[in-house]
Amino acid sequence: MADKPTFSQEISNLMYAAHGSPLNECIQCGTCSGSCPAVEFMDQTPRRLIGMINADLKEDVIDTNTYWVCASCYQCTVRCPSRIDIAGAMYAVKRYSMWNKTYADDLVGPVFSETFMKTIARSGRSYEPILAPTYIFGFGAKEFFQEVQGATKMMLKGRIPVLPPRIKRLKNFQNMIKRIIPMGDEE
Amino acid sequence: MKKYAYFPGCSLEKMALSYHKSSLETTRVLGVELEELEDWNCCGATTYFHLDEILANTLVARNLAIAEKQGLDFVAPCSACYKNAYFTNTYMKEDADLAEHINYALEADDLQLSGDLNVHHLIDVFANEVGPEEIKKKVTNPLKELRIAPYYGCQIVRPRKNGENVEDPQFFEELIRAMGANPIDFAYKTRCCGGSLLLTNRPAALDMIRHLLQNAQNSGADVIATACPLCQVNLEAYQTQVNEEFGTDFSTPVLYFTQLMGLALGIAPKKLGIGSELVSTLPVLSQFLKKEAR
Ligand code: SF4
Ligand code: SF4
Repeated sequence: MADKPTFSQEISNLMYAAHGSPLNECIQCGTCSGSCPAVEFMDQTPRRLIGMINADLKEDVIDTNTYWVCASCYQCTVRCPSRIDIAGAMYAVKRYSMWNKTYADDLVGPVFSETFMKTIARSGRSYEPILAPTYIFGFGAKEFFQEVQGATKMMLKGRIPVLPPRIKRLKNFQNMIKRIIPMGDEE
Repeated sequence: MKKYAYFPGCSLEKMALSYHKSSLETTRVLGVELEELEDWNCCGATTYFHLDEILANTLVARNLAIAEKQGLDFVAPCSACYKNAYFTNTYMKEDADLAEHINYALEADDLQLSGDLNVHHLIDVFANEVGPEEIKKKVTNPLKELRIAPYYGCQIVRPRKNGENVEDPQFFEELIRAMGANPIDFAYKTRCCGGSLLLTNRPAALDMIRHLLQNAQNSGADVIATACPLCQVNLEAYQTQVNEEFGTDFSTPVLYFTQLMGLALGIAPKKLGIGSELVSTLPVLSQFLKKEAR
């Protein structure tokens, strides 16, 4: 009987198009954490997160904000002496938590990703103002105000579009998506 | 005249219209033709990758397949679009299983992708396809003594693509010299601007923006040059908030490299979208803003 995969293997499997080394080759050197521009805002450093994945601490890993704070800048990935794609691993943990709906409830990141995805499936192109209201309420009042200020400035300068652009062959486009992710004809 | 399939990407349709305009104007003067990809779709920036990797690659592959059908190489002015396109194109050759999935989906739109085409970032077209020497010959309005911070950001250089210098690239500096300006020594030139963290973790993003602006100011930059819409918006539109948050007083203009290049090539500022900035460029650019058009 095959052994149940470890969390480290599960995450490595979710990185199938990446070509780095398996996560268990991490030597805990800390180069990733030392290179990370967002590390101060993470509750576990990238090095610790990789260590926790390898130690099979699944729940503890999912509970961190680390993989949502990651800006996907690949600074860690290009410097890792063990050639681990740490940024790719962060994506893999995001995917894992989203498909399993296990992320902490108060995070804005997952809501943003899901909404963005739905907008694109519908029109083929992204349209920022439609997205805005859906995730903006995850912020406090102050941030919301700042967002409105920023958006208004851009609108006044003619830099935010008024109508969502649509692609021409929308039906084909949607059929293409359905060949990857089966979905019903919603809405 | 060399011709490319040009993928503007979603943000260039409006938010970064000045990048779009100045890209078309400058390439025209340099004898490069950018033909907009017909019926392109959003490439998902970084967000699709949170959901499903095959789907993410398929969306990117559709755009590449359209370019391949037209027999043209692919050019993206946005760093995130470029990185996605570059890697999907590479995976088509390296991962037969993924390629099969993708081509099955593309059939629904009568397309297929072999991965034989070349994928370039727009700045690569200037730096390597045209080259600083050729550009220099066409400069009529050298940006003398303008101190420009070359801001590479992340995804042009990272992840590593072809053994290039990821720690201290130099091609942006060479382009700036070709414009007749001074590239400043900008230590944070490849540090992240925060990307879409601005939407999901504002304190982290504002802190990252502040570090960059501070480093640019300390290094004596008159203006920051970017090659990505997300970097431009993060660094420019949020300066007021950074100032409020941290009690700083930044007012450093942030322009697309194509806008500065366009000025050096003698193109009229209006055609380059100069004038829609949130941080005024007048104090530093006034002497270069000539009206006579090219
Ligand atoms: S840089 Fe690589 S080897 Fe070092 S701690 Fe980070 S993941 Fe592990
Ligand atoms: S990719 Fe993420 S974890 Fe790695 S250095 Fe950048 S922000 Fe930090």
